[in-house]
This record gives sequence, C-alpha cells and structure tokens, in this order.
Amino acid sequence: MGRWLLPNNWWVYPEAVIMSNLIKSITNPKLSINILTDEEVRQIHHATLITIESVGVRFPSKKALTLWEAFGANVDHDKQIIKVKADTIEKALNKAPPAYVLGARDPQQDCPLDGNHVFLATDGCGVEIIDINNSKRRSSCLQDVADIACIADGTEEIGFHWVALSAQDKPPESRGLYEIQAVWQNSTKHVQTESIYNEAEAQAAVEMATVVAGGSQALRERPVLSIMQCTASPLGQDGGSIEAALIAAEAGLPTGFMTMAANLTTGPATLAGNLVVGNAEVLTALALIQLVYPGAPVFYAAAQTSSDLRTGAYTGGGPEDFLYGAATNRLADFYNVPLSMGAFATGAKDPNWQAGLENSLSAFMACVSMADMLLGAGFLHGSRIWSYPQMMLDCEIFSIVHKMMGGIVVNDETLALGAIASAGPGGNFLTQPHTLQHMREVFLPNYMDRRPYNTWEEKGDDARDWALEKARKTYNNHVPKSLDPKLDKELGRIIAAMEVNIKSAPKT
Amino acid sequence: MNQELFNQMSQSIVDGNPKAAAVVAQAALDAGINPLEAITKGFVIGVDRVGAAFTNGDAFLPELVMAGESMKAAVAVLEPEMRRSGTERKTLGRVVLATVEGDIHEIGKSLVGTMLSAAGFEVFDLGVNVPAEKILLKIREVNASIVGLSALLTTTMVRQREVIDALEKEDLRASVKVMVGGAPVTREWVAQIRADGYSEDAIGAVVVAKQLVGIS
Repeated sequence: MGRWLLPNNWWVYPEAVIMSNLIKSITNPKLSINILTDEEVRQIHHATLITIESVGVRFPSKKALTLWEAFGANVDHDKQIIKVKADTIEKALNKAPPAYVLGARDPQQDCPLDGNHVFLATDGCGVEIIDINNSKRRSSCLQDVADIACIADGTEEIGFHWVALSAQDKPPESRGLYEIQAVWQNSTKHVQTESIYNEAEAQAAVEMATVVAGGSQALRERPVLSIMQCTASPLGQDGGSIEAALIAAEAGLPTGFMTMAANLTTGPATLAGNLVVGNAEVLTALALIQLVYPGAPVFYAAAQTSSDLRTGAYTGGGPEDFLYGAATNRLADFYNVPLSMGAFATGAKDPNWQAGLENSLSAFMACVSMADMLLGAGFLHGSRIWSYPQMMLDCEIFSIVHKMMGGIVVNDETLALGAIASAGPGGNFLTQPHTLQHMREVFLPNYMDRRPYNTWEEKGDDARDWALEKARKTYNNHVPKSLDPKLDKELGRIIAAMEVNIKSAPKT
Repeated sequence: MNQELFNQMSQSIVDGNPKAAAVVAQAALDAGINPLEAITKGFVIGVDRVGAAFTNGDAFLPELVMAGESMKAAVAVLEPEMRRSGTERKTLGRVVLATVEGDIHEIGKSLVGTMLSAAGFEVFDLGVNVPAEKILLKIREVNASIVGLSALLTTTMVRQREVIDALEKEDLRASVKVMVGGAPVTREWVAQIRADGYSEDAIGAVVVAKQLVGIS
C-alpha cells in the first residue's frame, strides 16, 4: 500500500472494464494494518544487509557467480557463496520499477501491479488432485492443468494463473512448457509459472510468450507470462532457477523470487530472524537481475511459515504464516517492488474447520497489507493436493475479504437519516426505498449454511458439496476464448524443437 | 565416581550440548572407562530420556536434533579408542543418504540423517545433487542395508526411480531397502517406483527405517 505510485494514473481501467467486472480485485482499501514500525523495518533491512555482506548467499551457478564477480561481489567459487556490499545491493534495488502490468491474452484482464490492487491466483506446483468426477485422489497430469485453467478462467475472483499442478505425464525437461501452453489454450488471463528451472526451458518459454503476445516489443509492454522462482533456504538459490530468471528478465518478463524459509529448520526460530533470512535470499536474487538488466520488472515473493515443533514438517498455516503475510508486504513496500504473497495453502486434508480458519486469516493479513499478487486458491495438505471445492471456497474467502477491505463508508447517504426517520421507533426498514437502493451492498455468501436447522438435518450436505457443484457447473458450461490455432501450432513447434535440442545437446 | 561421570554424560545429551558431551567423553577415557560402557551407561541414557520426553510431548524436535548432535560429538571422541581395542558399537544398520541429481535441497535429508543416527543407525550422508553411480558406489562400499533418496522438485523426483532402476540393473536391489522422501513424494509414487518406504517427516522416517531392518 505504501509504494510510491507513478504520477497521473498511469494505468487506468477503461470504463467498460469496470462495468463488466471481469476480474474481482481489491482496490482503494479502507482498512490497514500496522505490523512493523518504520524503525523495525529498517532494523530488518540492516540485519539483512549485514547477513548478505558477512555471511553471504549461495548461488550454485557458474554464470551467476561470474556475473556477481563482475559487479564487485566477493565470490567464493568453491563454496559458491557471494558476499555483497550493502551499497551494491541498495543501488541495484533502486533500479527496480515500482509498478508494471501483468499482461493477459485479453487486454481487459491485464493486472496492474501498482500498489493499489490485490489479485488472486490459483495456487501451484501440486502433485495430486481430487478428481472432479469421482472425488478420488490421484496423481496430476496435463489435462488437470487445462481443466483448472478453464475453471479459473470462468471464475471472477481469479485474476491470473499459477500453473496449478505438475503435468507428470510429460517429460520433466519440457513439462513446464506444456503446462503454460495448456493454460493459454484454456484461459485469456495472465500466466505466472513457477515450474521452469533451467535456461533452455526459459528460452523456449520466452519464445512461446512472444508468439502469444504478438512480438517481443508487445511482450515487453504487456508480458503475458511472468516467472516465479523459489530460493533454496536458508541463504541459497537454485542455480538453474537463477539462470532461467535471467533469460526471462532479458526478454522483459516479470521475474520474482519466493522464499519459503521456515522457523526452526530453514530459518531461525524467531519471526524477525526468519524474515532476515528470507529477505537476504530474495534481495540478492532481485539485485542480480537489476545489476544485469537494470529496470527489469521484478517482484518479491514469499510463503514463509514455521516448521512443526514436533516433526519439523512443513505446516502451511498457523499464526506465524499470518504475521508473515502482512510483514513481508511491508518489506516489499520498503523496497518499492510488487509482492506475490503465499496465502491460503492450508495444511488441512479436507476443506474443513482448519482450512477455513487458516485460509481466511492468511488471506486477510496479506490483503489488508495490499499484497499485489495473492497465492493461491485450491490446495489442501500444504499445497500438495488440488481440490476444486477448496478452490471455490478460497474464492469466497477472497470475496469476503474484498468486501471487508471496502470498510465502512460514512457520508450523508450511508448515515441514512432519512430512512431512520421514516421507519422510526419500531418501524420496518424492509419497506424503505433507501433499503432497496443499498441492499445489494450486503454480502451474499454462496457457501455459508444459513438454512433452518431441520433443512440441514434432512439434506445432510454442506459448503463442500455446493462448492464442488459450482466447480462442476463452471467446468461444464464455461467456454474459454480459444487460442488462435495458428499460434497454438507455433507453441507446439517451439516445445518440440526444444525437446530435440535438449536430446542432442551434450550433457553438462 | 564413575556414576557421576555417567550422569554428566547423560546430562550433556539432555542439555543438547555437543561441547560438554565431547569433554565428558574425554574425561571418561582419561578415567579409564571402557568407551562402550560410556555409551551404554552414560550417553544412551540421555538419548532415551530425551526420546521419552519427546514421546510424552514434553520435548520438541530441536531438542531431539541437539541430543543427536551431542551423541555424535561424544561418539567421535570415543571411536578411536573403540577401534584400537577392537570393540565396535552395535548399530541398527548402515544407511546411505543422498539428495538426487539435479536437486540441491538439503535440510530435510540432513534432518533424517540426524534422527537416524540418534536412533542408532550408522549414516553416510552423500550430500546433494548426487548422481546414481555415486550412490551405488557407496552402497557397495559400506554394504548398506538402507538407502534414503530425497527430492523436493516434481522434476527431480523421477531420479529416485532412476536410482532404483540402477540398483536392479546392478543386482543390488535385493540387498538394500530403499526409502524415499521429499514434499512431492506420495504413497502412490512409492508403489509406482517400487521403493520400500517413505515418510513425510523425519520422525516418521526413523519408524520406517526400523521397520525396514526388522526392528519394531
């Protein structure tokens, strides 16, 4: 929320789009939260710079290490650790643009990352799915990626896509390409991939995005693809991911780095310390991109959590997650770059009490601090198992938070003095014209059980059933605007060429 | 006199203090205590105490890990003397651990290693990004009874299968149990690649490893 905005409403929705309401995003919030003071943010920043300069961060990539050396970092090639002066990091980060657009195949669905919008995406990178037809759990495949993209395309709360599941029926080296093709075939919304891990695949992804955008300049102006990479906590990067991000950044694709540093295992037990570890990972990655391609669109990404005290397992929820959701946004604001925040992602095994609690609080904390991108709807068991009912329930949580973020509007009209006087003591507001005029401002849930007790007793169904029904309905009825067959063929050709190249290239 | 030293040994484990464990291990050697006796009457008592507290819900994973690290420090001091006198500490079996080729995620695998060695296994941790040939070489070299393969990425998970294929090709499969782990690993995946066991966390990994070597 506190990001400096570009002057003169540099990005304005055309009037028609506001009316058509294609994508529901949070904007002009009335609520805010004070999670860290300015002084506390500075302390975290300072501790991060000390960590980067004296402890260092591992970059297991020859290319990245060579680049860092050229930019004056202290590089230990054996340990693959770079140590960088505070000044270098700060100057590099200053070059990052504070705002830009995530382009969509349909320009009306572009997502402006301007500090005044929160867009929800599907969550991503899962490996299993509860089948939409028989509700049985199974491994994920490419068709699932396509199906989820189609349903997300027809769901107004979803602003853009993460590739929801891993297409495990496709070869690992080109899987990420089939996945983005499947999403473009089934949706006009922006695609952010989190599963492209090497240069060759990134190169092909850039080619594909260029085809979809209609040329490399068009791609720079409205990038239809963005790339998110994970860091390797604590204090490390994945070499292939860094190299892939550099390829994407060169083409003008927004690139982001997500830390998942977790209390107790990959980060200190304390929240502030874990923020420092994650911050050092993200800042060094963003700084490298800015040093190599100054002004390239980048974003901060985080899904920090705590490990379970008893087992060390990834938790995917709990009060620590909720606090990180808001705190990380303060950090991203401090560095003046957009944030992609991991919210939702409950550890629950079923869309139940735990799922509702975790996903509501994590979504609220990330939204109230105005995370630009909100990840993500649809998963159970800590982002591992896709559930269509959970996706729909998450969308409703987003809608509820959306409503809450509008806050309470106070003016002559909303104070309703006329209606109050007209109804008077013991009167009925249902008969007031003022009520008719404003009733649609009252939130109408899809999945809350407000029926009489006996109806519930007789039917025995609940939110999970209704959410599944809604997903099935969208799946059966929604027809996404298809990708031009010529373009689609071209995408297929690029993937095939990449696969041939990989096979003939010498193994490194 | 010796009992007091045994108490200190046990306490160094409970405190999770590797330095103190090493010092008291040296003191035991200086006092002429048999190193095996130091382990069974001293340090192992501490491990058992932490283990029991953990089972009761009074101790947490970091305490378990630090107890394991302290045990390692004590054994490192006692080992040369054991070797010299030809006595060997009985272990539950030898485990080779590695994160598969193409994957650099280390923490989960290392945590499993610490838990397994605290439980009494002898662990050979090959680190990350380890090619199948290197894993097979180590299994042969130490005559391992278990190999643990870690992978965090859906794209590197397939390497777990490659290691199993290699084991079969080299006629090693029958002599070694295969455990796999990592966030994307599921029971179905374990069945599909014909591995022997998996766990979603390090505590569960110990239970599985014990089952695989026939100890319940």
